[in-house]
Amino acid sequence: MDGRDKRGHDGGEAGASEKKREIEETAVLKVKSLFTEYASDNGTVVKAAQDVSFEVPEGKLFTLLGPSGCGKTTTLRSIAGLERPTSGEIEVSGRAVYSSSRGIFVAPNKRNFGMVFQSYAIWPHMNVFQNVAFPLEVRKVAKQQMRDRVMRVLNAVQLDHLVDREATKLSGGQQQRLALARALVMEPQLLLLDEPLSNLDAKLRDRMRTELKRLQRELNLTTIYVTHDQSEALALSHEIAVMSDGFIKQVGTPRQIYETPNSQFVADFVGTTNFIGGTVTALESGGRCLVSSPMGEIRAHAADGVVKNSTVIVSVRPEDVELSEQAPAAADGETIIRATVHHKDFLGEYLDFQVKVGDVVLQSRAHPSLRTPTGDPIYVRMKADKCVAIPSAMPPKSVNESANKSPNENTIRPN
Amino acid sequence: MAEAVTRGSPLPEANVAFWQRLDSKWVLIGVPIALVCWLSLVPLVFLLWQSFLTPQTASRPAVFTLENYGTAYLSAETFRLFFNSVQFAAGTAIFALCLGTALAWMNERTNTPFKRLFFALSLIPLVIPGILFVVSWIMLASPKIGILNVWLQWLFNTDEVFINIYTMPGMIFVEGLHYSPMAFLLMTAAFRSMDPSLEESALMSGASILQIAWKITLKLAWPAAAGALLILLVRALESFEVPALLGLPVGIQVYTSAIYQAIHQYPSQIGLAAAYAITLLMITGVGIYLQSRLAYHGSRFSTVTGKGFRPRTVDLGRWRYFTASLFILYFVVIVLLPFLVLVWSSLQRFYSPPSWAALSRVSLDSYRAVLDYPQFWSTVRNSLFLSFTTATTVMLIGAIVSWVIVRTKIPGRWVLDNLASMPLVFPGLVLGLSIMICYLYIDIGVYGTIWILLIAYVTRFLPYGSRYVSTSMLQIHKELEESAAMSGASWAMTFRRVVLPLLKPGLLAGWIYVLIVSIRELSSSILLYSPGTEVVSIMIWELWQNGQYVELSALGVMLIILLFCLVMIAQLLGKRFGISES
Repeated sequence: MDGRDKRGHDGGEAGASEKKREIEETAVLKVKSLFTEYASDNGTVVKAAQDVSFEVPEGKLFTLLGPSGCGKTTTLRSIAGLERPTSGEIEVSGRAVYSSSRGIFVAPNKRNFGMVFQSYAIWPHMNVFQNVAFPLEVRKVAKQQMRDRVMRVLNAVQLDHLVDREATKLSGGQQQRLALARALVMEPQLLLLDEPLSNLDAKLRDRMRTELKRLQRELNLTTIYVTHDQSEALALSHEIAVMSDGFIKQVGTPRQIYETPNSQFVADFVGTTNFIGGTVTALESGGRCLVSSPMGEIRAHAADGVVKNSTVIVSVRPEDVELSEQAPAAADGETIIRATVHHKDFLGEYLDFQVKVGDVVLQSRAHPSLRTPTGDPIYVRMKADKCVAIPSAMPPKSVNESANKSPNENTIRPN
Repeated sequence: MAEAVTRGSPLPEANVAFWQRLDSKWVLIGVPIALVCWLSLVPLVFLLWQSFLTPQTASRPAVFTLENYGTAYLSAETFRLFFNSVQFAAGTAIFALCLGTALAWMNERTNTPFKRLFFALSLIPLVIPGILFVVSWIMLASPKIGILNVWLQWLFNTDEVFINIYTMPGMIFVEGLHYSPMAFLLMTAAFRSMDPSLEESALMSGASILQIAWKITLKLAWPAAAGALLILLVRALESFEVPALLGLPVGIQVYTSAIYQAIHQYPSQIGLAAAYAITLLMITGVGIYLQSRLAYHGSRFSTVTGKGFRPRTVDLGRWRYFTASLFILYFVVIVLLPFLVLVWSSLQRFYSPPSWAALSRVSLDSYRAVLDYPQFWSTVRNSLFLSFTTATTVMLIGAIVSWVIVRTKIPGRWVLDNLASMPLVFPGLVLGLSIMICYLYIDIGVYGTIWILLIAYVTRFLPYGSRYVSTSMLQIHKELEESAAMSGASWAMTFRRVVLPLLKPGLLAGWIYVLIVSIRELSSSILLYSPGTEVVSIMIWELWQNGQYVELSALGVMLIILLFCLVMIAQLLGKRFGISES
């Protein structure tokens, strides 16, 4: 009926022209200032989604990332139509499925979105074939065509050999594929995934993640993905929205989110990081600034909203804290500090170092060839582009959070 | 269609969607809800109205009065009546629930041998109607003619009365035994759909079997247990046969027997009976309120998800023979003894305890007498029609009503829950009375026909239907329904293809239960039957009133055998169409 004509299902011709058209591409999904609130059991109003707006271009995988209770699942369920938003607009391929101003609410079964639930929601009274055929049965697809389409999609998720198996007799990974097959079989305009990998063990999760990505890219499916797992989000997404307390904190590509977080929350939630409190002493060209901190002057990339004399938090990833035994030559835009090795863990492919500058402990990830013993001096180099100064409402904390040291450090030691 | 309406004209689409939903979903939901409101509210209105009226006689019309409440609350008997009722009901409910839960746990959660057989057997007590059960226990344990007393006296050569059934503990024992299968069924449904990994993780944490049963299984089953306790409590408060046959002869009065006596005075004190019933209603209302609070918080107990669902059992080791023997003992006490004593009595011409002399007088005369009874066959037909129709209607309405209560967020659904539970507060006698008055005034041609009995039965058993369903409904993860909606299924389709099949075990268990209790129903029928619409239990009641104990026993034995066959058929059906569990 609707939407199927817009998309070719073979990934063949889609691949080549994909890259450069990103900007002109029309958004398949548009969510505009969506609010979803509901009364909880004890009567208080839960503000699940607050002023959520984003757009997803065709064929892209968009991730809603955040801790539990941040409103990501509610946002997804509002798109699905399983939750009725309080206000806002949701438009899919130009068709409004929800609009508070125009009084539109399309029932979930009329939206033609595929969805994979966290519990998979495999119907235990049906076998594999019946589970997948259900969406087609509902659409009154002819028997032979139904069989073909079910087999094709089961083939795509590599379950074709289990077609007559009872659904409850499948392993976790197989159930996950089955749920995906059921969502794909109706050729949905939009694929909604609610933490689809969270019920799987780690190895299987990695494999399914790769497979999910391959399927999504091959079928060119516009996909909304909800997860609390940042590595999943980084690996899968074209774009990520980090959510907290119902609000979207930042939207960007995985690289933007990881490398230039715009808030302490995003920096902390996505990946591990060092936080160094300080005050901006000068703004420099190229979006850089100079931050005075308990461990000395740091040259950093200034996030939006950083002004002179404001308190900031400098976030730097452990892999960007470069260590060396000899003092490296200071190039432009680099901060070099002398430290001592405080603690180290050998983890095979890398070494986790904790180095101390004064009382500030920095986490660093180093190549296993670095064998500096604990207690010895070591040099730290941080590139300005990898240090992000984020505006902070709180008074500057002199020590990073991951090291759990007392915050009342007042000796500032220049190197 | 949706494609045609995109940007330009948004409103028509919304309208179409609204009408479409009005067509399927809201009609399907609305009709049963309207029916529930009608069935539950109208008798209550008449009951209230009646409680403020003086008795109507040929010479004097009924007038407004408060005297009924004066008699009900201010007489010296008030406290004793209340205390007796509470003692009787609480004793019965706790006894039945403990027994039923223990048996259900052994049967569902352990590797007790012959479990399938025991499950079948534990349904059998339901096939013995209350009046037959009480009569058989009078024959077993009455101080004068009770077989157990006679034998024990003979054994120890004394005149001591060992067991006296005409006491409060005797009443609680008989009633509790009689209701224990109901507790068993309710708790079985709960145990059956529990995630076994919750128990297994306790096992892995080092807990013993008893610790797991106490700390995990029972804690998880507690909403079901609390619901079951409520049902049992109210059933015991409503119960008529035990108080009438065991309590009244020795002056132990509870509300139902007080109501019965009020109605059977001349002139009938219907208003007083209604005032007593209002008191009962207030007591049970509290219980139902608590139960509906339970259902609200039920979602965190939903334990069946779409993931692997294969109940596993606890290994009892050698103790499993002990649990098996408990089942056998239970079966003897609840089925075999009562049944055998009825069989014995039915083979006599005049009732006498078993002895060699009596054995020589064995005959089948009583059976011939019953089969020659003029209305026998039409009575059987009436009973079967009523019970099948009632069970089916009740379960369908129950499924929709409990879906609305458990699944939707419609404001005021607690009202519906309470309405569907409302008939619980009506003792059968009073329900019969209110329905009688109601359809005497609202003349739609059902009075004096079999349809008034059907209305009474559906009303009376509606709460059990919806409770059976919501117990199962609470344990179906809502994502199973949501994924059907996302697959494009309409509400009706989702209900038919996903909800009903998943509810099938609960529905079937409830259907069997309602079928059986409908056949046994006595206390409402007794005020609503008319010549030509008698049911089997009415015939038994008449035989008891006439003192025709041997004919009563013969009819009882035949009824029990018929009900037994019905249960067996239902069991076979269940095995074929239920979700396979192992």
